[in-house]
Amino acid sequence: MKDQQHQPRDLDGNPVTPGLPMAMLAEVTHRCPLACPYCSNPVELTRAAQELTADDWGRVFRQAADLGVLQVHVSGGEPGARRDLAQIVAHARDAGLYVNLITSGIGITRDRLEELDRAGVDHVQLSLQGIRPDMADRISGHPGSWDKKMGFADWVRDIGFPLTINAVVHRQNLERLPDMIDLAERLGARRIEVATVQFHGWADLNRRALMPTRDQAAMARQVVNDARIRLRGRMVIDYVPADHHAVYPKACMGGWGSTGLNVAPDGTVLPCHAAQSITWMRFENVRDRDLDDIWLNSDSFNAFRGTAWMPEPCQGCDRKTVDFGGCRCQAMALAGDARATDPVCSRSPFHADVVARAEADAQADPADFIYRRMKKGD
Amino acid sequence: MNAQPAPPRPAALIEPDDIPYLPRGVRLADDRVRGIRVLQAPERAMQLDAIGDAILSELDGRRSMAGIVHDLAARYNAPDDQIAGDVRDFLTGLIERRMVFVKDRS
Repeated sequence: MKDQQHQPRDLDGNPVTPGLPMAMLAEVTHRCPLACPYCSNPVELTRAAQELTADDWGRVFRQAADLGVLQVHVSGGEPGARRDLAQIVAHARDAGLYVNLITSGIGITRDRLEELDRAGVDHVQLSLQGIRPDMADRISGHPGSWDKKMGFADWVRDIGFPLTINAVVHRQNLERLPDMIDLAERLGARRIEVATVQFHGWADLNRRALMPTRDQAAMARQVVNDARIRLRGRMVIDYVPADHHAVYPKACMGGWGSTGLNVAPDGTVLPCHAAQSITWMRFENVRDRDLDDIWLNSDSFNAFRGTAWMPEPCQGCDRKTVDFGGCRCQAMALAGDARATDPVCSRSPFHADVVARAEADAQADPADFIYRRMKKGD
Repeated sequence: MNAQPAPPRPAALIEPDDIPYLPRGVRLADDRVRGIRVLQAPERAMQLDAIGDAILSELDGRRSMAGIVHDLAARYNAPDDQIAGDVRDFLTGLIERRMVFVKDRS
C-alpha cells in the first residue's frame, strides 16, 4: 500500500500515475558562440559558474538510466563550449545511455570530435541556420559559421558518425527549404529535421522577423511531402510544422511529464525546455533531490499529468489523449494561463486572435533580429 | 474529407540477395528497467517483440536476407516462404527509417 502522502497528484489534487521517461535532454551549458534569434534557451541564461560539473552529470545519468531513460540528448547552448564534454559523454555511455550530440558544429575541432568518438558519442545532430554563407551567418549572428559547419560535417562523415541535419525554418529562410533538404542529402545525412520556429522565449521577441506566412507553411508541407517520396529509403525527413497555422496543437513532449525530461545547465529539472516560462511554477534541482524523486513526486512534473486537470474545451474533447491539450508554455504565453487549451487549437476561444496576430506579424515589415546573447557583466 | 482506399503495401526496399546490416549508431540493447529488448538508433529507441529481436539478431553483415530467412525457417520449423514476407516487410520498414542499411551490390 502506498502511503497517502506519496500518491502523486496533479495541480488540482487529482491522483495521477507517473510513467517512465525514455529520453532526457541534458543542456550542459547555455554558453554558445551563435546568437540565433529563435534560441530555445530561456531569455534568462545560466552562467558558467552555475553549471553542473562533469561528475554531477555522471550521477544524473546513472539516476536517469535507473529510472528508465534510454537516450540522452547532449545539448546546450553549444555543448562544445564545455572543455570537459568528452568526460560528460563518457559518463553517459558508462551509465548505459545512447548519446546524441546536438551541436552547432562551431567550436569543436577535428581532434575534439575524434575524442568525442572515443568517448562514445553515438550520433551527431548538426544545426543549420540557412543555406549559403550570407544567410547562415546573418541568422546565427556569427560570421564564418557556414564554412565552419561545412568543415565539421566533413569530419563527421570521415569519422563515420550517423548525421542528422537540424534545419530551423521561419519566414526568412523557408523559401530555401528544398535547398536545405538537398544539402542534407549531399552531406550524407540519414535524417533531416525540419523544425519551424516555436514562438517561445527569444523567438517570441522576434515574432515579426520570424513568423511564417500561411502560404509559406503550405509550401513547406508540400516540399516535405514530395521529398519524402523522392528520398524514401535514403533520408528520413521529420517535420515540425508551423503550429500557428494548424487546426490542432502539437502533442508537446507527448504529454507533460510522460516520457521526457530536461536538465538545465545548473541542474534544474524541467518537464520541457521552455517550462520556466510558467513563472509561478517551482522546479526542483538535482543538487537537492534525486532524479527519480523529482520525476515521481515533484509538483512540477505532476502538475499536468493525466487529463483530470484539463479545463474545457479540452476536458470534453475526444483529442485530449492525442494532443494532451497542446503546449502548456504556449498556453501561458498566448492565453496568460498555463492550464488553458493551447491557443493555437482551433477550439480555443483565443484561436482567432492568435491567428490574426500571426498573420499580421507575418505580413509586417520584418523587424531587425534581437539576437540571443548573455547579458554582460553579471 | 474523402474516404481513402487502403494504401497498397509499400514497395520492398530489399531483395532476397541483398545483405542487410545494422549501421553505425544502431544497436540492439536490453532495457533493463522495462524488461524488454529495444533497437537503439539516432534519437529513437524502438521496442522490439520476440520476432523483431530474432530477425535483427541475425544481421551479421555477411548473410543475405534469403540466407537469414532460411536459417530462421530452419530454427523455427517453418517453411521459408511463410516468413520471407514478414522479414522483407519488417526490414523494409527499418530501411525506410534508416535503421537498417543494405550493402552495395558490387
